[in-house]
Amino acid sequence: MKQSTWLLPLLLIPVLGYGSEGASSWKMQQFSPNLQDKPSLQRGARLYVNYCMGCHSLKFQRYERTADDLEIPHDIFMTNLVFTGQKIGGLMSNALPSEKSKAWFGAAPPDLTMVAKLRGGEWVYNYLKAFYVDDKRPFGVNNMVFPNVAMPDPFLELQGTPVLGCHQDAKIAENGGEMRDPLVPGVKITEEKCGYIDVVEGTGKLNAQEFDQAVYDIVNFLYYVAEPARIERERLGLYVLLFLVVLYVFTALLGREYNKEIH
Amino acid sequence: MQQSPTPSRFPAMWTSFMSWVDRRFPATETFEYHMSKYYAPKNFNFWYYFGVLATVVLVLQLVTGIWLTMSYVPSGDGAFASVEYIMRDVEFGWLLRYLHTTGASAFFVVVYLHMFRGLLYGSYREPRELLWLIGMAIFVAMMAEGFFGYLLPWGNMSFWAAQVIVSLFGAIPVIGGDLMEWIRGDFLISEVTLNRFFALHVVALPLVLVMLVFVHIVALHHVGSNNPDGVEIKKLKNADGIPLDGIPFHPYYTIGHDLPGIVLFLIVFCAIVFYLPEMGGYFIERPNFDEANPLKTPEHIAPVWYYTPFYAMLRAATYPLLGLDAKFWGFVVMAGAIALPAVLPWLDRSPVKSMRYKGSISKAMLAIFIVSFFILGYLGTIPPSKYATLLAQVCTVLYFAYFVLMPWYTRVEKTKPAPERVTMR
Repeated sequence: MKQSTWLLPLLLIPVLGYGSEGASSWKMQQFSPNLQDKPSLQRGARLYVNYCMGCHSLKFQRYERTADDLEIPHDIFMTNLVFTGQKIGGLMSNALPSEKSKAWFGAAPPDLTMVAKLRGGEWVYNYLKAFYVDDKRPFGVNNMVFPNVAMPDPFLELQGTPVLGCHQDAKIAENGGEMRDPLVPGVKITEEKCGYIDVVEGTGKLNAQEFDQAVYDIVNFLYYVAEPARIERERLGLYVLLFLVVLYVFTALLGREYNKEIH
Repeated sequence: MQQSPTPSRFPAMWTSFMSWVDRRFPATETFEYHMSKYYAPKNFNFWYYFGVLATVVLVLQLVTGIWLTMSYVPSGDGAFASVEYIMRDVEFGWLLRYLHTTGASAFFVVVYLHMFRGLLYGSYREPRELLWLIGMAIFVAMMAEGFFGYLLPWGNMSFWAAQVIVSLFGAIPVIGGDLMEWIRGDFLISEVTLNRFFALHVVALPLVLVMLVFVHIVALHHVGSNNPDGVEIKKLKNADGIPLDGIPFHPYYTIGHDLPGIVLFLIVFCAIVFYLPEMGGYFIERPNFDEANPLKTPEHIAPVWYYTPFYAMLRAATYPLLGLDAKFWGFVVMAGAIALPAVLPWLDRSPVKSMRYKGSISKAMLAIFIVSFFILGYLGTIPPSKYATLLAQVCTVLYFAYFVLMPWYTRVEKTKPAPERVTMR
């Protein structure tokens, strides 16, 4: 047994995920979902049906499942989150005709039920924050994470007008650290860096912090919708594993009794 | 010739019921032949878990597969949505599906380890050549089963992976184009292809697999199991004709060895099912969360991990030869790499079976072979580049060298004498 078991670790060579497509000058911000945060998921659902669902359906998910998982009473859910006269047991589809929308936008707006798995939650989170005003584009906006995307900025009303700007920022040395002035202690050496998105003050309903939270809530909701069984899966898994560990102890003890008879 | 019957452990009713059955069907006889009087070497080690684990996973795949089929819709319009229906609306559908997808990967993990055990202890050697050949047939059937099943979720990677693999047949001269069309049943991967792959995945290949596994076990129990020392326990028997180094398979291996092993395997397996079912894109690839789309090629098409060593060898062939293009030779290299282990029984000329007594060249060649297989497996998951292709070519040569040079190195190397009896270490 011992002699050849050393080969086993070879078989566990690390399994790493495929990287998602990045953007050249956009620094990806971290996104960590939290399915226990029900208020965040509820806000996310409300924002989604108001700002996204007109174009992007969630056609594999049912309203009822969403209401139950997010702990929203059915009557409140029906009056506030279902606008299309659908039933609570219906799929979260929309009335956008896909053929016509292809002509309007150049591509039919994709269904987003699984977008948090297809592209990753982090990508969606950054994408939604990376719109900026660009007069050269048909919808007047462009995106740093998905350049030349054929989609208008859905959050102009909430975020305000995002414009691409340049800032004076610390120069980065070859070793990756910020450069400091050797003559004046503590003062950074700066240079002009572009690719920042600044919001024109007074144009949006939400301040920067509130907007970040709103985008987080939407993506958190999309993360939930991509696999609604995840909460149940992770809860149940614990019990299954605990059971198997206990079972292992007994089967191993039983096995040992039989092995005692082998000489 | 029988001694006085031992007092039965079972109630009289059961004994009389079984004797009724036994007069009509060889129930007790079969049980004794395959279980309680099948004498297996007493020195089985860690590597001897994977045969029984493969059986466990096969049963798991059959059972979860049957339940998935109850809710799956094999149509171009309905397939993708029905998988999401299973994931969301079917009670415990997500569990059935993750058991099945993780089971597919687990099947290959345990079978690769099972095959490695064969290489390690010379289990393919005389008199187990047919056992080994049947095993190779199971492996090929499994690869086909996995390939057909991968199209069924009708995700974009399903579509394009099938497209790539079917197009391999296009590299065959003269008949290639027609052959491709015959396999797909259409000019491109379509609902027709999906329907026939469904039929093959849920009916044809499971039948073939179950029959082959049955024949594999029949052959095994006829010749008897090999063991880590590679010595034949049937050579030395006691007065009752029982091998001196043999113990009854049941209960010493079923309960004493395999049962805790199965539970330990299930712990690892369930940890993946419940907490890492996509395995970071290796068990369920990301583009498969998008529906099949003939107009949208994924940026990088890679097969599931268990095919990647062979896929890397396919891509490693980059030179046209004898007027045939490189793609054809890639196909030949890949098919050769899959088929070559079948002739191992006739390549190994060593006087001993087990790696424990073989010489250092055999040990080194096996180690190089395994490392090459892992490197190829990794290279098959990443997009090709100049150096990756070069490395894949080197590893392909090393993979083939293990087999092609075997008749030479197993004969010239100095081996240790194999013991008469099995050793317990």
